Amino acid sequence: MKPIATTRSATGIPTGRLAVWWLIASEIVIFGGLLASYVMHRIGHAEFGDYAAHTNTWAGALNTLVLLTSSLSAVLAHEAAEKRDGPRAARMLLFTILGGAVFLVVKGFEWTTEIRHGFTITTNMFWSFYYTAAGLHALHVIAGMIAMAFVARGALANRELQRVELVGNYWHFVDIVWIFLFPLLYIAK
Amino acid sequence: MAQPAIEETPGSGTRHAEETSAPPAGHGEHEGFVKKYLFSTDHKMIAKQYLFTGMFMALIGAFMVYAFRVQLAFPGSHVPGFGVVGPNEYNALVTNHGSIMVFWVAMPVLIAAFGNYLIPLMLGCDDMAFPRLNRLSYQVFFLSVVVLLISLFVPGGGFGGAWTAYPPLSSKAEYSLTPLGSTLWLCAVILEFVAFLIGGINFVTTTMNSRAPGMKLYDIPIVVWMIVIATLVFMASVGPLVAGAVMLLFDQLLGTAFYDPTRGGDPLLWQHLFWFFGHPEVYVVLLPACGIVAEVITVFSRKKLFGYKTVLYTAFATGIVSFFVWAHHQFVAGIDPRMANVFTATTVIISLPVAEMIFVYVATLYGGSIRLTTPMLWALAFIAEFIIGGVTGLFLGASGSDIYLHDTYFVLAHFHYTFVPIAIISVFAGITYWFPKMFGRHMNETLGKIHFWGTIIPFNGIFIPLFLLGLAGQHRRIYSYEGFPELARPELQQLRIIATVSLIVMLSFQLVFLFNFVRSMLRGRTAERNPWKANTLEWVAASPPPHGNFETMPVVYRGPYEYSVPGRDEDYWPQNQPA
Amino acid sequence: MSGYPSAASSYAGDIDGLILFIAVLVFFWGILVELIFFGFIFKFREKKGQKAQYVTGEDKRQKRWISIPHALVFVCDVFIIIAAVRVWADVKQTLPKPDATVRVISQQWAWTFVHPGPDGALDTADDITTVDDLHLELGKTYHYELESKDVVHSFSVPAFRLKQDAVPGRTIRGWFRPIQEGTFDVQCAEICGIGHGLMPAIVKVESPAEHARWMEEAGRGALAAAPRLRAP
Repeated sequence: MKPIATTRSATGIPTGRLAVWWLIASEIVIFGGLLASYVMHRIGHAEFGDYAAHTNTWAGALNTLVLLTSSLSAVLAHEAAEKRDGPRAARMLLFTILGGAVFLVVKGFEWTTEIRHGFTITTNMFWSFYYTAAGLHALHVIAGMIAMAFVARGALANRELQRVELVGNYWHFVDIVWIFLFPLLYIAK
Repeated sequence: MAQPAIEETPGSGTRHAEETSAPPAGHGEHEGFVKKYLFSTDHKMIAKQYLFTGMFMALIGAFMVYAFRVQLAFPGSHVPGFGVVGPNEYNALVTNHGSIMVFWVAMPVLIAAFGNYLIPLMLGCDDMAFPRLNRLSYQVFFLSVVVLLISLFVPGGGFGGAWTAYPPLSSKAEYSLTPLGSTLWLCAVILEFVAFLIGGINFVTTTMNSRAPGMKLYDIPIVVWMIVIATLVFMASVGPLVAGAVMLLFDQLLGTAFYDPTRGGDPLLWQHLFWFFGHPEVYVVLLPACGIVAEVITVFSRKKLFGYKTVLYTAFATGIVSFFVWAHHQFVAGIDPRMANVFTATTVIISLPVAEMIFVYVATLYGGSIRLTTPMLWALAFIAEFIIGGVTGLFLGASGSDIYLHDTYFVLAHFHYTFVPIAIISVFAGITYWFPKMFGRHMNETLGKIHFWGTIIPFNGIFIPLFLLGLAGQHRRIYSYEGFPELARPELQQLRIIATVSLIVMLSFQLVFLFNFVRSMLRGRTAERNPWKANTLEWVAASPPPHGNFETMPVVYRGPYEYSVPGRDEDYWPQNQPA
Repeated sequence: MSGYPSAASSYAGDIDGLILFIAVLVFFWGILVELIFFGFIFKFREKKGQKAQYVTGEDKRQKRWISIPHALVFVCDVFIIIAAVRVWADVKQTLPKPDATVRVISQQWAWTFVHPGPDGALDTADDITTVDDLHLELGKTYHYELESKDVVHSFSVPAFRLKQDAVPGRTIRGWFRPIQEGTFDVQCAEICGIGHGLMPAIVKVESPAEHARWMEEAGRGALAAAPRLRAP
């Protein structure tokens, strides 16, 4: 019951893939703007380095590993979908969702500890950017997990398997944003 | 009639040869009111939702300007239908008038309404590529409308910090005195941005992929190109402001200090983020308006568009250069004075692609057979009035003269001489032109012409006095000039009164349009498929088109502007007619 | 034109000259294009039995009708840019040696002016602080130090063609030289809240004798030696 419009492809690229690329492009500009603002502030304020020393680099590194692994399972899900193995794709997506959940739990521990030590979003400019950027990223992780759940449900029944790749592309983007956040917020001391 | 068997694996760029007709008619037949009108996924219905919402918001924006202009002409008076406009009411009216006209009238009508309606039809397909995403975009937009309207009635009143919302005024309730209003306004703006980001994905992907067989890139009607380029500019420019708006929201709600200079923040950061979007935004609304005008002037001069590729290149050039001019809004804002010279150069240079586009439109009229129908009158008026708007921008883009003219009524008159053609004149051109297609009936030509003259003449009566007041040094966003000896003079007050009276005349004539619009929708003369004898594909479908648009999906054989081709009997040649 | 404020500062004339220069170019092009535009509408109106021409605009000769005016507009643009940069550089990028410096402090919703007093230096015992009126001596070159105590305001004196936003957390420096005696309006040029239209101020340009007399009288008054009002 899809409209003809959805299924045509004058460029040869499936429309769904184009749509996700454009979505990612606009998200890049959003995060780009936020991180550019952060970097401008950072350049002008050397003390950010001292504030950043109170972030938990080990937790950040663990989360980086978790996200990279979850991106791997997203790739495996795509591979399974290409082979029309819906149930396997769904399983791999589930691992990715699990990775997202672990990421959020680790973040929860991080933030709870930091807040208990008195570093809240209003403590100073560094911490404002820290919570805002990581928070916005976490929202995108949650959105990705939800989207993935829907796609996995369809994949289980071998339906709409092309969406496995699309949601995977989105997840890789979320991963890449974190790859930028990690050094900017945790390591650059 | 078969829907081609679609594989669930990624497509391979084929045009399905068995594509002959739209999805089964049963799809739309027994839909209840709610499903058909409120939760439709049909692009034409969603377009109308955006159009009617935009028209409704225009009435609200118009009421606001009526109230504050009566205050300016007769300070301290009781404005009929509103009451006394004090300084805080004035600020809220000015702020919300501006915000509404840009975000809730120009954007939804020019991009979402015309884009949604025209793109699938002009491309020869049956809907947008993602109809449910399309519906979601309207729902988010509708939510933004509700939030904005609520913001006007909360304790403390509506936000009054201008549509530019500079912090610290906008970030701290102790300065704005409108804590709830400020936050709700900001949330409404953020939601509106999200709605258009979602909607934009549909416009770009559908145009890239869902074109009729045979329609090459240069066979796409200019208005579709313009809406797509505008969408790309929007998507590329709004991101930093979304980030900035989140930061402003946190300053408002959580007490962060992103824009608070007393705690390490910088008010100018907001300004850069805002204007990095704000300037491209004006081209986001300009391009679709130019697109509509191109469609109308070609049909009613029976002429091919002079230099289709030139128009395309100027549109792209304008879009790209628009990213490099933003700080001309901040010449005296406290930026490094050396930066100002760079932005003067880029801003004056952006006049070039826009001027070229205007030259091409004028050249299109050359050798034509011009019929002054209502849509054509509006399209021609766009060109005539926009020229004034465009050239007056030079005074402001030149840094040296901007020192004097910044924040004066000169700016106001400049941007209304651009915005009114964009958001009102070209929109009337589009509505009167496509009305027969959208509603299957004709609008009344006589009423149309009365409405036209009753709008255009007073429009100039409003803003020419405002140019003069700006040159006299009168600043914006001030509710009364009685306290300023240089401005409280009778000659200047005369100008203010002339502007207000002209506004009231102009607003009154909009009743003619509303009457014509509603009556024609209900009882207008039935319209044929192609009453204007135009070439583009929307005129192939029935008036109005059914769900699925075309009985037989069209195939395209030529460009959209083959009018008056020598050697043919007819002076038009629809795109889908075989050679 | 009546209503146009006098050119009361040394650079007001330059700014006016730039506006006039742009106006000449703009009126020329604007009127030319409008005339051609309306001319075409009239000349090529629908006539019975006469078909429109088929003009693609792709042909080289046809394109010249666009590209030549386009190039001429570019030349005019270059002149405008040069003229604008020259005026801007003089007003905003150079700071001639001052005879005196005044501090301008904006807040919701008033202007506080700190005059240097007879010794010509700010932050000394003979400073004179006034609210909503700034006293200046004709012909002297002044620097201003512009500050804000709360939100963004903007110090605008139309008669001087002077305008500069006041940003909290910064002190912004600029200059002017009054060349005409008289009383001139100050408007706030950046919306700053409910009282944005309720903070008019005046600038009084006085002859040297009058100004000296004012300094003496004001100095004897209660506002002498106010401490520097700096935002925390």
